[in-house]
Amino acid sequence: MLELEARAEPSRLMAWASPLLAVALMLVGGLAVFAALGKDPVEGFRVFFLNPVKDLYALSELLLKATPLMLCAIGLAIGFRANVWNIGAEGQFMLGAVAATGVALYFGDAESALVLPAMVLAGAAGGAAWAAIPALLRTRFNANEILVSLMLVYVAQLFVSWLVFGPWKDPDGFNFPQTRMFAEAATLPMVIEGTRLHFGFAIALAALVAGYAFINRSHAGFRMRVAGEAADAARYAGFSATRMIWVGLLLGGAAAGLAGMGEVAGPMGQLTDKVGSGYGFAAIIVAFVGRLNAFGILLASLLMALLYIGGEQAQQYLNLPNSISMVFQGMLLFFLLGADVFIHYRLRLRRRGT
Amino acid sequence: MDASLFTSMLFATVVAGTPLIIVALGLLVNEKAGVLNLGAEGMMAMGAVAAFAVTHESGNPWLGVAAGMGAGMAMAALFGLLVLTLMANQVASGLALAIFGVGLAAFVGKPYEAVALQAVPPIRIPFIADLPLIGEALYNQQALVYFSWALFWGLLWFLHRSRAGLVLRAVGESPASAHAIGYPVIRIRYLAVLFGGAMAGIGGAFLSVFYTPMWAEGMVAGRGWIALALVVFATWRPLRVMVGAYLFGGVMVTQLFIQGSGLQIDFPSQLLSSLPYWATIVVLVAISRNGNTIRLNSPVSLGKPYRPEA
Repeated sequence: MLELEARAEPSRLMAWASPLLAVALMLVGGLAVFAALGKDPVEGFRVFFLNPVKDLYALSELLLKATPLMLCAIGLAIGFRANVWNIGAEGQFMLGAVAATGVALYFGDAESALVLPAMVLAGAAGGAAWAAIPALLRTRFNANEILVSLMLVYVAQLFVSWLVFGPWKDPDGFNFPQTRMFAEAATLPMVIEGTRLHFGFAIALAALVAGYAFINRSHAGFRMRVAGEAADAARYAGFSATRMIWVGLLLGGAAAGLAGMGEVAGPMGQLTDKVGSGYGFAAIIVAFVGRLNAFGILLASLLMALLYIGGEQAQQYLNLPNSISMVFQGMLLFFLLGADVFIHYRLRLRRRGT
Repeated sequence: MDASLFTSMLFATVVAGTPLIIVALGLLVNEKAGVLNLGAEGMMAMGAVAAFAVTHESGNPWLGVAAGMGAGMAMAALFGLLVLTLMANQVASGLALAIFGVGLAAFVGKPYEAVALQAVPPIRIPFIADLPLIGEALYNQQALVYFSWALFWGLLWFLHRSRAGLVLRAVGESPASAHAIGYPVIRIRYLAVLFGGAMAGIGGAFLSVFYTPMWAEGMVAGRGWIALALVVFATWRPLRVMVGAYLFGGVMVTQLFIQGSGLQIDFPSQLLSSLPYWATIVVLVAISRNGNTIRLNSPVSLGKPYRPEA
């Protein structure tokens, strides 16, 4: 019978191969899903996986979707490495959007070149401030950061909804829950003319580089990696757990807040109650599939963006609900977690009775 | 406060607390066996949508509850496969289950978004339902409310009076010792995980079939996470789960009554609606402040994978 046998050392090959295996299994699973729903699997595959990369405009939309994912994920990865489980990026994303919107609404008409940089700072600060709550409660009162950061997602959603139904509602907006459109000076310029790909993408790439430098090249990043992989060693070496919790949560919150700023100042051009569209949760999958490192996160965010756009395409052309994206994304993470067993174990054939 | 208002608030509190009790007690068994399943939100969402769909198609709410339970167990089995057989990280797998379950439920439930179910009439217990003040609130309730009480008593007996409960706790405290004296640790953990899934499924079914007889994406609204927090808050004791669940139910209901009362208060409804979430945070802080409370009460092997040496 088949048995799992512990490897003497973790397999480096499998550490790289397991995400690829997971993607392959997800594709097979996807074909099965299409078949089960009575759609032609080949047509489904074409619409879902090939439409999003068929021309330059489609590619620019893919990068646009990937932007918030890579920003949120690189921030989360820093904390995850030290076992700081911030899963409230979705709420930090919304608070970043709110803070940036505040700047845009009150100072956006100044037509000053300082408006956008102020919005960037406000976005990062808003996200970091929201993440500071679980950090404070964890370090001062030992309250579980998973549950606290998650509860704050619901609070953030209600807060946004109050703003856009109440004090920030567009007076000429026919009562829709949204603010007025931002002024020109408060809108991010485009990277490629004729597309919607805005400069937030450049910020996200810069964040990836900074994340790489922090995780792989800085002493603080090294300490956090040690804390995650060998907690006892880190304690023995005297690394401060409190500081790691603060760093992990604040950087994660700031990155998510930046992503939120990019959404309102980029494709949306205003704040609505739909601003939190699940990027903060999807980024958790991106961080894991990307193996918590910058290059992996780049690839994983492109893949996850593809699954989002594939879902929209499936809605348009195959008449399927676009939440099919989440089914694919969930499958991907499950397959990855399953495939990861082979990093530490190998399959062995063993006869019964031995 | 007049008597009828008291009765209706008590009634609503019991109803709001019921899904939390059912789900949190399931998770408690789950965690007593040493397995942390953060996917409760996903299992509840799947339970809710499966129960709604089957009730809608069959017209029988009890078939719906059974379907919800089955859906929760199926999700739990998937989780068990990952963390028990393949020894995947429990935190990551639980998060995956939460995200996946909510997404899959939204996908499956799309065709049911615009339909409503007939409300299921409550079951009146003769004589004691005529008690003043509390009778109508406690004894003229949905069957699942009575089920939540039976579950509580059953669990108290199981955990502290039965041999099986002792084995379950042993598996959670020290899987290696339990294995050494010959108990099948992995199989027991599977059973505990499946039980947790079944209860989460029933909790979800209560929401979509009895509480608000409809299905909407996101209708679980964090209750799975609140149930997880409740187990910590209750320091893994069933009685405190009950008390905590009704406290939360009370908070949810109070804000709804304030919103619906027409009282001229100048406070936005959205901010009132965020009260239960703040309450969860406050309670977590209160209970976690003393690190020993958690350390002494949580099952020792909670969240740690275990692989029996052959």
